[in-house]
Amino acid sequence: MSDLFRYVLRLGDLSLVLGQRLGEWVGHCPALEEDLGLANIALDLIGQARLLLTYAGEVEGRGRGEDEIAFLREHGEYLNAILAEQPNGDFGRTIVRQVLVDAFQLELYQRMTASTDERLAAIAAKSVKEIQYHLRYSSGWLVRLGDGTEESHARVQASLEALWPYTVELFAEDELDRAMADRGVAPRLTEVQASWASRIDAILAEATLVRPAHRPHSWHGKRGQHSEHLGYILAEMQHLQRTYPGARW
Amino acid sequence: MNTPSENSRHWPLYEVFVRARGGLDHKHVGSLHAADARMAIDHARDLYTRRQEGVSIWVVPSKDITASDPAESESLFEPARDKIYRHPTFYEIPDEVKTL
Repeated sequence: MSDLFRYVLRLGDLSLVLGQRLGEWVGHCPALEEDLGLANIALDLIGQARLLLTYAGEVEGRGRGEDEIAFLREHGEYLNAILAEQPNGDFGRTIVRQVLVDAFQLELYQRMTASTDERLAAIAAKSVKEIQYHLRYSSGWLVRLGDGTEESHARVQASLEALWPYTVELFAEDELDRAMADRGVAPRLTEVQASWASRIDAILAEATLVRPAHRPHSWHGKRGQHSEHLGYILAEMQHLQRTYPGARW
Repeated sequence: MNTPSENSRHWPLYEVFVRARGGLDHKHVGSLHAADARMAIDHARDLYTRRQEGVSIWVVPSKDITASDPAESESLFEPARDKIYRHPTFYEIPDEVKTL
């Protein structure tokens, strides 16, 4: 497997798995308007995943298309950071996860518009516009809940504590991240982390939430070692393609 | 009017106006519930501009709109009915003018 193939899978799988997770909210949101809001974001993420996984298939050069890559891989072949696969929990927890990922994607893709890989630069340019709105939506909600009632504040603070350790992996630079940065394909994760942190701090301050203490953790979703949650996501996501191979609609 | 207890359980209603293109008017497209004006803009974007219907959105709290009373519609609107001279239908329009 080439470096570029694996790197594009990391990007595409983050969008794919988070989009699938958000899709679980459809029909269950606290208000009809939020149902549409989260579904719109989920569709943007699936759209990003389609572009990225299609590209991954071309880079791989074995004739696999977006559907085969999205639906017919095994558990250990997904390379998303495991923050994306964490359960939705209550609406507030979904919002906390969304803010953390949105800010990461925004800082990453803004820089990737200058990638030496033209295809990734183009995908990044399209995605940035979508992600700016995602963060507007999610951070608006985080401020509303954090600076809301006693109960909403306590709940989102608890979710922040629970999800914060998973953010470490987003910025844990390994050989693949370094190789991509050396070739100018991707930005340095240290740079992304610095601006992510100041963006998150500003949102947390407005939401009157406290940034959790740093707890070192080593998660390896980016290398295909996932939490138990991914299996359930894949079961739901893949069963149609596996039961009716090649199904289209 | 909503009582305070109803308001605390339901988000207030906003009326949504969307401008389809630069140069056109904002047109009323519908209403939605939102906790505040910013959320109303987000919801309006998601509900009413998903198919590229607009380039600008206004939201207005529905409670701030003063409407004419349907019971008064006869006195308000019927007096205009027999004043056909107010319509510009007595002018001859040259053939070259296409867009009137």
